[in-house]
Amino acid sequence: MPAVSKGDGMRGLAVFISDIRNCKSKEAEVKRINKELANIRSKFKGDKALDGYSKKKYVCKLLFIFLLGHDIDFGHMEAVNLLSSNKYTEKQIGYLFISVLVNSNSELIRLINNAIKNDLASRNPTFMNLALHCIANVGSREMAEAFASDIPRILVAGDTMDSVKQSAALCLLRLNRTSPDLVPMGEWTARVVHLLNDQHLGVVTAATSLITTLAQKSPDDFKTSVSLAVARLSRIVTSASIDLQDYTYYFVAAPWLSVKLLRLLQCYPPPEDASLRSRLTECLETILNKAQEPPKSKKVQHSNAKNAVLFEAIALIIHHDSEPNLLVRACNQLGQFLQHRETNLRYLALESMCTLASSEFSHEAVKTHIETVISALKTERDVSVRQRAVDLLYAMCDRSNSKQIVAEMLSYLETADYSIREEIVLKVAILAEKYAVDYTWYVDTILNLIRIAGDYVSEEVWYRVIQIVINRDDVQGYAAKTVFEALQAPACHENLVKVGGYILGEFGNLIAGDPRSSPLVQFNLLHSKFHLCSVPTRALLLSAYIKFINLFPEVKGTIQDVLRSDSQLRNADVELQQRAVEYLRLSCIASTDILATVLEEMPPFPERESSILAKLKKKKGSSKLPDMDDSRKNVNGNTEHAEDAEVASKVPSHTFTDNLNVNSAPSSGASLLVDVFSDFSSAAPTESSDEHFPRFVCKNNGVIYENQLLQIGLKSEYRQNLGRMYVFYGNKTSTQFQSFSTSVSSNDVLCSQLNVQEKPVDPLIEAGAQVQQILNIECVSDFSDTPVLNIQFRYGGTLQNIAVKLPVMLNKFFQPTEMMSQDFFQRWKQLGAPQQEVQKIFKAKNQMDTDVTKAKVNSEALGQCEHLGPSVTDLSYSINMQSDFSFMILLLLWCFYESSQLTSLCSVAFTPPALRFRCSSVGRCGS
Amino acid sequence: MIKAILIFNNHGKPRLSKFYEHYNEDTEQQIIRETFHLVSKRDENVCNFLEGGLLIGGSDYKLIYRHYATLYFVFCVDSSESELGILDLIQVFVETLDKCFENVCELDLIFHVDKVHHILAEMVMGGMVLETNMNEIITQVDAQNKMEKSETFIFQSTRQDR
Repeated sequence: MPAVSKGDGMRGLAVFISDIRNCKSKEAEVKRINKELANIRSKFKGDKALDGYSKKKYVCKLLFIFLLGHDIDFGHMEAVNLLSSNKYTEKQIGYLFISVLVNSNSELIRLINNAIKNDLASRNPTFMNLALHCIANVGSREMAEAFASDIPRILVAGDTMDSVKQSAALCLLRLNRTSPDLVPMGEWTARVVHLLNDQHLGVVTAATSLITTLAQKSPDDFKTSVSLAVARLSRIVTSASIDLQDYTYYFVAAPWLSVKLLRLLQCYPPPEDASLRSRLTECLETILNKAQEPPKSKKVQHSNAKNAVLFEAIALIIHHDSEPNLLVRACNQLGQFLQHRETNLRYLALESMCTLASSEFSHEAVKTHIETVISALKTERDVSVRQRAVDLLYAMCDRSNSKQIVAEMLSYLETADYSIREEIVLKVAILAEKYAVDYTWYVDTILNLIRIAGDYVSEEVWYRVIQIVINRDDVQGYAAKTVFEALQAPACHENLVKVGGYILGEFGNLIAGDPRSSPLVQFNLLHSKFHLCSVPTRALLLSAYIKFINLFPEVKGTIQDVLRSDSQLRNADVELQQRAVEYLRLSCIASTDILATVLEEMPPFPERESSILAKLKKKKGSSKLPDMDDSRKNVNGNTEHAEDAEVASKVPSHTFTDNLNVNSAPSSGASLLVDVFSDFSSAAPTESSDEHFPRFVCKNNGVIYENQLLQIGLKSEYRQNLGRMYVFYGNKTSTQFQSFSTSVSSNDVLCSQLNVQEKPVDPLIEAGAQVQQILNIECVSDFSDTPVLNIQFRYGGTLQNIAVKLPVMLNKFFQPTEMMSQDFFQRWKQLGAPQQEVQKIFKAKNQMDTDVTKAKVNSEALGQCEHLGPSVTDLSYSINMQSDFSFMILLLLWCFYESSQLTSLCSVAFTPPALRFRCSSVGRCGS
Repeated sequence: MIKAILIFNNHGKPRLSKFYEHYNEDTEQQIIRETFHLVSKRDENVCNFLEGGLLIGGSDYKLIYRHYATLYFVFCVDSSESELGILDLIQVFVETLDKCFENVCELDLIFHVDKVHHILAEMVMGGMVLETNMNEIITQVDAQNKMEKSETFIFQSTRQDR
């Protein structure tokens, strides 16, 4: 009897599906679906209570409609109701609906959790399984909170059914992935390890998956699993499938479990215990031997399963990287697969060899397959496989074969799929640089790259070639000659024009002796490309021209004519126009000496990791790239990490504008300039001293006051109840300030709450100078007023008085405290008095995003978001803060939708009453 | 971990989609379309693995697929899964469907999408492989059907379709 008999389905569902299938057009389909949705909606809303069968039918229809790609915005409640049905079929369809359609933020989670709780406690294995499935499939934080402590108990309880154990193990694994902090480690961990000995192979498989994940996080806790895993593996591999129940798949003993066990062992180094180690080696050898035996079946499933185990064994051998004998055997096996007729095996062999190539034992062995890999690159029909071949060539490249590999990759690039061209370009650029013995080869290679695949040459690549040419004077002449020749091609890529413009601008003089590349010829050649280029390239070319004026005074007139032409001086693009105007002016007024200084040759770039490598890493994800620096000598000795490369990639672009844009300050000054500008823009001149004040609620540094004479900047730091504030007085005028004095005043109440002590300040401030004053602040108790800084000085005979509110607020002394949700709510309840609570409701201006709000609250040094409260609202969490003098502020931020507008409710409970002010500002940050 | 399991036909019509990570509906549909686009343009006899589409994690994820008659079965997995192992799993899934539906065809998947979900649930749970033994899976499915049968007669009296 078939497990699903075809006749007993729901007729209404079948009719509906047939209707949809018979629809001739998309419009008709949408119409039919809308009709059905209206029908179901009215049924759900109707007065007549629906029976379980109807509910099930309608939920099935909704599922079908959802699969077709239509939004389902109702029916959730009905599905939740089905969960509490006693009928298996109804419960099952309810759970199905929820795991397909309900996301983790749903407001129904609490109701769902209730149903799950009942089912988990039901002791009915079928219901328990449904519940565990639901937890695993939804995997939300609320669920983790509710059940993370129950599931380990179910998993290790002696009387749990096997199928439930299986589900519980995977459920726990899922929760551990989504909310690791909520899954408590405990005495169950030791007992989980022993599940590896379980009778039921399904349980062992599930447990192995769980342990593998846990062991990756805390290897020490699960060390004992190694010996158990080896023992289990050994029994599977060597025994003649006696105790394997039905887990033999196409004549292969428990392939899935073997793979999982081998994965688990990859979390650990080779076992230290000699007997265990030899037992494992024996297993691995047996697996390798089996690969050579004639197949027991011709079916592809047989070889698939066998090879799945084999590849995993090879992965383990590579991971251990300790048995040269096994490594070489693994390499030979993969070598066989490289020429196998199964495409899948060729693919996987190339992939595994990539990792093998980085082992010092097997690197040489891998290299012997170079011809096969190159032919794979040329002849494979499948782009996935060719991609792996490129990866492997990249990994096996070293000084001995670099020229061959780079040449092959370059020639493949001409026909390569568009999707992988950029990656190949990056790889070629990296290899060419890394293994360049003489840099003329490097320059040739990169220029070839640009010629063959100019569109795929990213900025990093051509920046890099310029960096290298500038840093190595032995290659500069050659580079100038080569780019000059390359530029003579009738059509050349814009990237080549960029490189050419830059290099000739710097080193054109090195080839100017040859009449075929005289200054004028060089200039005309570059300028012939000008009108074809984009604005940034044209800007670069203009800079090259001004450099020419310095290098070759004889072409000055020609270039000035060009700069003077309307198409330059009146160019619609601001950048181009500005360059033309400034370069022209510079060339007219500056003496030769000044020109020579301003337009001097570029200084060498600081050595750092190639930005190309960083880009490749970013593109591929570090896991996939064999890290070449580990295993092989690195020509440049660069060990900086990818983050630095961000900076590196910016260096060249910076220098274009800085060093070639002669009007701007030298590059070291550029950042200063920017700072000054940003201060200006943020501190528009104003007489009011309060205007900047609110900004300091969340900030500690910045400009607090500014008028035409004086700018006052602040820098402050706080620790516990102490603070220190550096006040910077800047004289903006060209006259000195005399009798400069300051004092801090507080009102009577504040005096007892806050001590502010000021260090003496110099009575004279010279024109344009800045002096610094230190204020020491101590917070004695909670306060709500602000101290005022009074400043007095003489400017040109008149006495100036300025009063500035100092941004010292209570929140500066806050310290975050983390606590569990239970504690939180316990304390929350204790603060019940009316004067201890403030509540504020406000409309959110922007969309609420949990993470963003959290970050905002945290950045205000208010406290730690610790807890997602169990609430039916969409978002609710709490922050609690503690200041140094022993009081506690609890904050609860709720968000809910009200008539489709998002509203936040912010409650703060606290002990001292002074916090009214804080509450409102928290509200602002939440919006 | 398995991120998503998709079944669609040669024309890209989805027949089953199961995501083990949350996306909104639009993204799910886009992923299905993108995956179909990636998989359907590949020749027969090429390998069964390719890098995932941009929407579903790019090169950190692999699409592992098999093409049976009119249907594509696609699993999107991360690097912690064995490629050949997943291929076996697809085979087990299809063989199980074949046993449960007696010569399964596309129509069975269309009209019994809930059953297909239930069968899949016996094999994969929360993105992790639960059971690979076909007999075990079929035993579970049979047990479910028995329970269903025993409850069905209650429906008979109240059955009012549409």
